[in-house]
Amino acid sequence: MEGKVAIVTGASRGIGREIALHLARLGAKVAVNYAGSETKANEVVAQIVEHGGEAFAVQADVANSEAVERMVKEVLERWGRIDILVNNAGITRDNLLMRMKEEEWDAVINTNLKGVFLCTKAVTRPMMKQRYGRIVNVASIVGVSGNPGQANYVAAKAGVIGLTKTAAKELASRNITVNAVAPGFITTDMTDQLSEDVRQAMLQQIPLARFGNPQDIAHVVAFLVSDGASYMTGQTIHVDGGMVM
Amino acid sequence: MADVLERVTKIIVDRLGVEESQVTLESSFKEDLGADSLDVVELVMELEDEFDMEISDEEAEKIVTVGDAVNYIQSRLS
Repeated sequence: MEGKVAIVTGASRGIGREIALHLARLGAKVAVNYAGSETKANEVVAQIVEHGGEAFAVQADVANSEAVERMVKEVLERWGRIDILVNNAGITRDNLLMRMKEEEWDAVINTNLKGVFLCTKAVTRPMMKQRYGRIVNVASIVGVSGNPGQANYVAAKAGVIGLTKTAAKELASRNITVNAVAPGFITTDMTDQLSEDVRQAMLQQIPLARFGNPQDIAHVVAFLVSDGASYMTGQTIHVDGGMVM
Repeated sequence: MADVLERVTKIIVDRLGVEESQVTLESSFKEDLGADSLDVVELVMELEDEFDMEISDEEAEKIVTVGDAVNYIQSRLS
């Protein structure tokens, strides 16, 4: 992965942070995207640089097309190419369907689904010209299985899986692969918000009998963007301890 | 005009692997020159670079024939 240029969205925390750190460890130059957590993004950059890697933090709300285009331009100006895009940025606004406000629906769809579309569209041009690109979308196992209280999140993540397949078909002839990972229960700030009851109930459903950690996802993402995965496209890899088969 | 046509033709020949003689103002990228939708998108990208201009998605969708491309570029350059 030496010298490859990667953008990881939502890379200041959680799974995205670990993906950014891991790709950097493997030699990629990493644009650490964040929406609001500037300090945390700078910490990720500092950690990469400390270990001899190359990175910089770039602010952009992925749901905003102008911000996304600016981000891609900035990366191109700095490094001249974009080899890898990891669409990881995501939010939750959980609520029962009957109680869900329109704003909660829109916010999650905009960031988690439209954001993937906008970022993918923006990097397609340089990737087509390069005749090379690796796009990995971080979906979720609930996008496959459904989950009460997360109609917006599940709809967005299922949408991401469909988008992954379509982008894979459209871009395959240009040597751009598009795959998704579907994490199960991963210990992050996002899942720390869940109640103990919910956590125990989920644990019961995991054959490997533990929650995942961000590294579990980062390793699979690293594989999907490596040359070893060059014959895979349009796939959704479940990384969930066996929860959904 | 001749210069624009010449430069556009060269890009089409390189990109689509067709003979120069096949490229006329009337040739449709998809019908006559064997381009698929993605090829047309790429051609527009190359034209943007060649002539140092941005072609909006709306304008790009109207470019069907070689003449459409040449006329559009011509109008922007003048």
